[in-house]
Amino acid sequence: MLEIRNLHAGVDGVEILKGIDLTINAGEVHAIMGPNGSGKSTLAQVLAGHPAYGVSEGSVVYEGRNLLELEPEERACAGVFMAFQYPVEIHGITNAYFLRAAVNAKRRCQDLEELDPIDFMEVLEQKLDVIGWTDSLMERPVNHGFSGGEKKRNEILQMAVLEPKLAVLDETDSGLDIDALKAVAEAVNTLRRPDNASLVVTHYQRLLNFIVPDFVHVLARGRIAKSGGKELAHELESKGYDWIKEPAGVV
Amino acid sequence: MTGSVEQHVSQPYKYGWSTDVESDLVPAGLNEAIIRLISEKKLEPEWLLQWRLSAYRNWLKMKEPTWANVKYEPIDYQAVHYYAAPKKQKKLESLDEVDPKVLETFSKLGIPLEEQKRLAGVAVDAVFDSVSVATTFKAKLAEHGVIFLPFSEAVREHPKLVRKYLGSVVPATDNFFAALNSAVFTDGSFVYVPEGVRCPMELSTYFRINAASTGQFERTLIIAEEGAYVSYLEGCSAPMRDQNQLHAAVVELVALSDGEIKYSTVQNWYPGDENGKGGIYNFVTKRGDCRGRNSKISWTQVETGSAITWKYPSCLLTGDNSIGEFYSVAVTNNHQQADTGTKMIHIGKNTRSTIVSKGISAGKSQNTYRGQVKIMKNAQGARNFSQCDSMLIGDKCGAHTFPYIDVRNSSAIMEHEATTSKIGEDQIFYCQQRGISAEDAVSMIVNGFCKEVFRELPMEFAVEAQNLLGISLEGSVG
Repeated sequence: MLEIRNLHAGVDGVEILKGIDLTINAGEVHAIMGPNGSGKSTLAQVLAGHPAYGVSEGSVVYEGRNLLELEPEERACAGVFMAFQYPVEIHGITNAYFLRAAVNAKRRCQDLEELDPIDFMEVLEQKLDVIGWTDSLMERPVNHGFSGGEKKRNEILQMAVLEPKLAVLDETDSGLDIDALKAVAEAVNTLRRPDNASLVVTHYQRLLNFIVPDFVHVLARGRIAKSGGKELAHELESKGYDWIKEPAGVV
Repeated sequence: MTGSVEQHVSQPYKYGWSTDVESDLVPAGLNEAIIRLISEKKLEPEWLLQWRLSAYRNWLKMKEPTWANVKYEPIDYQAVHYYAAPKKQKKLESLDEVDPKVLETFSKLGIPLEEQKRLAGVAVDAVFDSVSVATTFKAKLAEHGVIFLPFSEAVREHPKLVRKYLGSVVPATDNFFAALNSAVFTDGSFVYVPEGVRCPMELSTYFRINAASTGQFERTLIIAEEGAYVSYLEGCSAPMRDQNQLHAAVVELVALSDGEIKYSTVQNWYPGDENGKGGIYNFVTKRGDCRGRNSKISWTQVETGSAITWKYPSCLLTGDNSIGEFYSVAVTNNHQQADTGTKMIHIGKNTRSTIVSKGISAGKSQNTYRGQVKIMKNAQGARNFSQCDSMLIGDKCGAHTFPYIDVRNSSAIMEHEATTSKIGEDQIFYCQQRGISAEDAVSMIVNGFCKEVFRELPMEFAVEAQNLLGISLEGSVG
């Protein structure tokens, strides 16, 4: 599904990613861990196409297409979704309106008819059922006045409705208490399917107790310093990141 | 991203062409002889000439206001032509006699004067430079006793009405620009809706400044008699010219007992180029007097054009239980400056006013809301609700809010809300990540921001306003 080769990227001329290689297949959950400043969020932003980040070298192929050539909205329509670490507030537009606009943008790309508000509410309610949430946020402006937990939950709800093929969760656990963390993780697990994949970016191991990854990659100084199975996350939890930094360059 | 912000901001003005018709232009400059000439060209009665001259003499003693939050080079009032009209002017009986080039201009603007005859809908008066070109639907309106005429014709045909109400809301000496207008006003619209009549259609005037170096000084007077209702819309545009052009209009509304006037403006005067060169100086005095009990005046404005806007549509709530409303969207881009708002003067008992102002600034523009709510001593039980929201697009523009509140009766209930929000890269990227293009995102956010105002506009104009907003802001965020 996704093949990243020798990816170098940065912001304002400062190189942060210094040669990332990563392959993600359908049905897999990959976790990216690493200390602050190791480039985790940069990787997420580059995949989503944030305009502030520039790619200087390497390639990213998504479903046979050069992902780096696509505009952010084209990536979204092709099924790439990023749950934001800091979801953005938009005044004057209700959450429901925003989400319907997003769904319809995607449906236009797929040559499907747009949903009217009534049809959309049906789709929304089905999704809420699936992830077992009731909704109280839909008529409020997008993320405006939401608590930290509500914002993150809202990201996952958008993900549920938009049904991405590749979901990138950028530090979705940060700022969540344990109950919210569980709720978010359960929703992500419910949405897991053989034909989609997730890239979970996190600083802490605790999210991975709930979203169990197939692969764990540790990022250090802009490169993947170590890869392994889910047990690698536990090792990191007990030993910290320092021991990883030593064999940097070993892929 | 910054690059595309710039690119987006430099969207060209769509209405910038000029029409090649010969103009009958009086010499530039202002003096009593020019005023006499204008009055003579308009075949005006002596009292009106004297009214103009007295306004002019007062104007000479007045100083241009400097309190507004706008900056511009001093205006040379002697360099302005105070009268311009398409030549070969004669009394027009029907649209067929109007210069086809002028009609073409209006059809380019999307004002289908000819269509109007077929479509049941809007009666249009179109003012080209200084002269009213055509008023459609005159006959149909006459059946209901509604008078909808170019101002100069109204002076000739209904002198008593004009004389009774002219200057009764905005006195000739009200302010510098109103005095100037009173001295040199050329044309405009006159509307009179008789007692108990609900005007059967929307009335509309379209103003266009065409000739170079001319000012446009139109004068509009609308009277709703007891229990009458009228909804009126004005639109405006101008060619792109390097010189700044002056537009100093006066609009007076009078609503008698149970009368209601709804006045909507979609203002799209040429705003100047991306470097701030050229554009219209829009110095306008608009005021309505809710003179009778239970009367209502509602201003709705969508302001997207002009290099400088200085405009405060206001309501004098004279009659008991009268209602004043002001709904405004003011958009500034590039180097535009807008200082706009309203005044609600509560004089009668149980008077109510609502102010909803939405300012959107993009590019390097400055957008100011300035509003006054005044509760007079005898205005027992007055209420005001004000909401002033600002939106910033990019980081080189400014939004300013100056609310003045003056309460002299302790029974008054005042509410004021204000917010500031921003469309930045983050919002746009967030939308894009959800599949919504940058342009759709701006349009969605801006329309969401303005919806409380747009829903006050007559349906067909709400659509126009939304499109206009799209054009004005196209590309203002990358």
